Amino acid sequence: MDARVTLTVDGSRRELTVDTRTTLLDLLRDRLGAMAPKKGCDHGQCGACTVLIDGRRATTCLAFAVAHDGATVTTAQGLSNGAELHPVQQDFLDHDAFQCGYCTPGQICSAVGMIEEARAGHPSHVTRDLTGPVVLDDEEIRERMSGNLCRCGAYVNIVAAIRDVILKETPP
Amino acid sequence: MTDLLEPRAIGRPLERIEGRDKVRGLAPYAYEHPVSDPLYLHPVQATIARGRVVAIDTGGVAFPGVVAILTHENAPRLASDENRELWVLQSDEVHYRGQFVAAVIAETPEIAREAAGQVRVEYEQQAHDAELRPDRPDLVRPDKVNPSFDTDTQEGDVEAALATAAVRIDQTYTTPMEHNNPMEPHATIALWADDRLVLWDSTQSAHGVRKTMAAVCGLDPAQVRVISPHVGGGFGSKGTAHPHNALACLAALAVPGQPVKFALSRQQMFVVAGYRTPTVQRIRLGADADGRLTALAHDVVEQTSKVKEFAEQTAVASRIMYAAPNRRTSHRLAVLDVPVPSWMRAPGETPGMFAAEVALDELAVACGLDPIELRIRNDPESDPESGRPWSGRNLVGCLKEGARRFGWDVRDPKPGLRRLGDWLVGTGVASSTYPCYVFPGSKATIQYGTDQRYVVRIGAADIGTGAWTALTQIAADALGCPVEAVRLEIGDSDLPMATVAGGSSGISSWGSAIVAAATAFRERHGTDPGPGAREDAEITQPPASRTHALHSFGAQFAEVHVHADTGEIRVPRMLGVFSAGRIINPRTARSQFIGGMTMGLSMALHEESVMDARFGHVINHDLAGYHIAVNADVKDIDAVWLDEHDPHSNPMGSRGIGEIGIVGAAAAIANAVWHATGIRVRDLPITPDKVLS
Ligand code: FES
Ligand code: FES
Repeated sequence: MDARVTLTVDGSRRELTVDTRTTLLDLLRDRLGAMAPKKGCDHGQCGACTVLIDGRRATTCLAFAVAHDGATVTTAQGLSNGAELHPVQQDFLDHDAFQCGYCTPGQICSAVGMIEEARAGHPSHVTRDLTGPVVLDDEEIRERMSGNLCRCGAYVNIVAAIRDVILKETPP
Repeated sequence: MTDLLEPRAIGRPLERIEGRDKVRGLAPYAYEHPVSDPLYLHPVQATIARGRVVAIDTGGVAFPGVVAILTHENAPRLASDENRELWVLQSDEVHYRGQFVAAVIAETPEIAREAAGQVRVEYEQQAHDAELRPDRPDLVRPDKVNPSFDTDTQEGDVEAALATAAVRIDQTYTTPMEHNNPMEPHATIALWADDRLVLWDSTQSAHGVRKTMAAVCGLDPAQVRVISPHVGGGFGSKGTAHPHNALACLAALAVPGQPVKFALSRQQMFVVAGYRTPTVQRIRLGADADGRLTALAHDVVEQTSKVKEFAEQTAVASRIMYAAPNRRTSHRLAVLDVPVPSWMRAPGETPGMFAAEVALDELAVACGLDPIELRIRNDPESDPESGRPWSGRNLVGCLKEGARRFGWDVRDPKPGLRRLGDWLVGTGVASSTYPCYVFPGSKATIQYGTDQRYVVRIGAADIGTGAWTALTQIAADALGCPVEAVRLEIGDSDLPMATVAGGSSGISSWGSAIVAAATAFRERHGTDPGPGAREDAEITQPPASRTHALHSFGAQFAEVHVHADTGEIRVPRMLGVFSAGRIINPRTARSQFIGGMTMGLSMALHEESVMDARFGHVINHDLAGYHIAVNADVKDIDAVWLDEHDPHSNPMGSRGIGEIGIVGAAAAIANAVWHATGIRVRDLPITPDKVLS
């Protein structure tokens, strides 16, 4: 069965007919050629396919494209403004927070979404005070980034990069 | 001695050249290369572990969008069955569960997958055997172990020395089946057009895949091109061609002119992409009262596949590590109806040094000696196996530097004493080692362009190692120009021959070719070349010394916390100190070292592919069931190295760093678990049940 969907992907409006079995990830990669989100497991187990859907991080391999008609999708490519990198991308680069780079676009989208979640006061498994504002210390970063696997083992540098982003954003 | 380059760009922490593309998701991996009107392949896998396919019913598959269904009855014929693993869809035989028995090519991935699910395969099932046990009477002695080491070695009289030793250790250690699981699943786009086969492939060796697939398909290597500028990790599993490469080629031959895309699913990777064999290792050590080793025996049982032999060199590191006058090592194989084991990060050293370095810790306890002191006492002056002098063995330097940085001197050796709330605290140490391989055969071309840059061409691979950047630095120093004046081209078999990104040999082998080409270029064209000036060079003989033993060494330190009630194990701190020759790029090198150590932590605590021998099937075949370390498992991991260069390895003075980071890491953690709890875990992974029992 086919269905029409309209999506805004990295700022451009895309309208297309899809097999209703098509995941949002396969729509992005196979239909639109938007290859920044990666397929690592297709089962919601690795985070490589993470993008921002209407500003919130989501694993696109677990999302059917038809269920997201009208959504605004931002991939790692769309976070940058051409050659100008998003601050999280710049810090990943500065801290060498990747090796093969395959998990990286997902890590970066996840970090951007995660910082927003913390700002909105969403607690995590390791948040001690469930009522006050969330302080993104290393333990919080590690916990909240644990849905994004990195087989190259860049976690130490990923945490350092995100820590730096948060430090720069926090007014002194 | 090798003529050493003057390091100017070498040694600088240059940012990854392809980094800006990678953080934006713009660097194309195999599946991502734009091709027009691709078709998609989905395989059908055997549901038995041994037997024959007797019938394939494709009647239910004839729906729109299906382009072709390949089976052993209609697939194009391959030319060479020299590598039986790649003899795909050529016969009715089933050698392991999950083997490809058919494939559907369709217009969309959804249709291909649905159609593959409709193919009905009937089998004649035969009894299979998928159980590794060390007491099997039918164990086999392989001719060699990977890649070409002697299967067994013997020096002196181990039994006699053990009989008279003041202190003895005799224990058996096991490591489980483990899967490489690079984050990028193996993928190939194959296109057969104009008598040429083009593969966009996720590989550690574009030239290797070209050569292998040309032979398998009966083509001239010149007819095959393999393109792989970026590879999403491999850790050995992408070092050689696997059955999916053969299947993709068959599909391309079946639908000429149309590109076929085939990405393995994560589950399929647990069958056809290689794995680390499980091992059972008996270690016997004899020492005098001062802890000086008099005997060392390391006897290994592991598995291979009936369809193709792979014999992991598990005990090989024990041949060079310590100075026991009486030594023996051996490898025996259970030959099973299972998928083919293969390379996984430091094959041999990784499982072997887990066992050997835990055994050494046990010896230190038995002798009442500090484990670092024990290792220093047994540090051999020359290679115990060949008698050659070391090109640079600085294990003791690593241990001492690590002890200083880690705070080892305040350690109380007694186990089970320290508590932090509900957590038992311990620290452990282990040695690390990896040989320095330099392979012959790589070629590089250097050409001066009209843009006044030097184009350096070599068909090398960057699987996350930083090769793009490190080779650029080497080329700049070899040419005596700034890095900005170098434009590197790698990842394509149309570029000059490059050996595999494996055995931590890439930079040593390819870098040597680049240096040779640069030297020839300068000799012929001087320092003011005209546009188009060009020179190439090949490394026919590895520059590495034959008079010296070339190995890297390291010291791994770990602190662990074990929860007294639940047995949960955390690793708050790891430190690695390495002696690996000259470091080309400290930024990417540190990432490789800590990446290896992180994989070692993962091996220590999480990784285990659980084989259900009744079916010949890995039951936890995805990333939910097969745990790898996640961000929250890792806290403080750091790696440093001794400032040195190896005058005997290659013109850069480097020794290769891709694998040494994992070696010994699991042993350091196991030794720290003992120190925390007094419980000696000899079977990986170290899970809570093992420290609670
Ligand atoms: S591909 Fe979506 S979570 Fe792994
Ligand atoms: S950088 Fe390779 S998987 Fe994360």
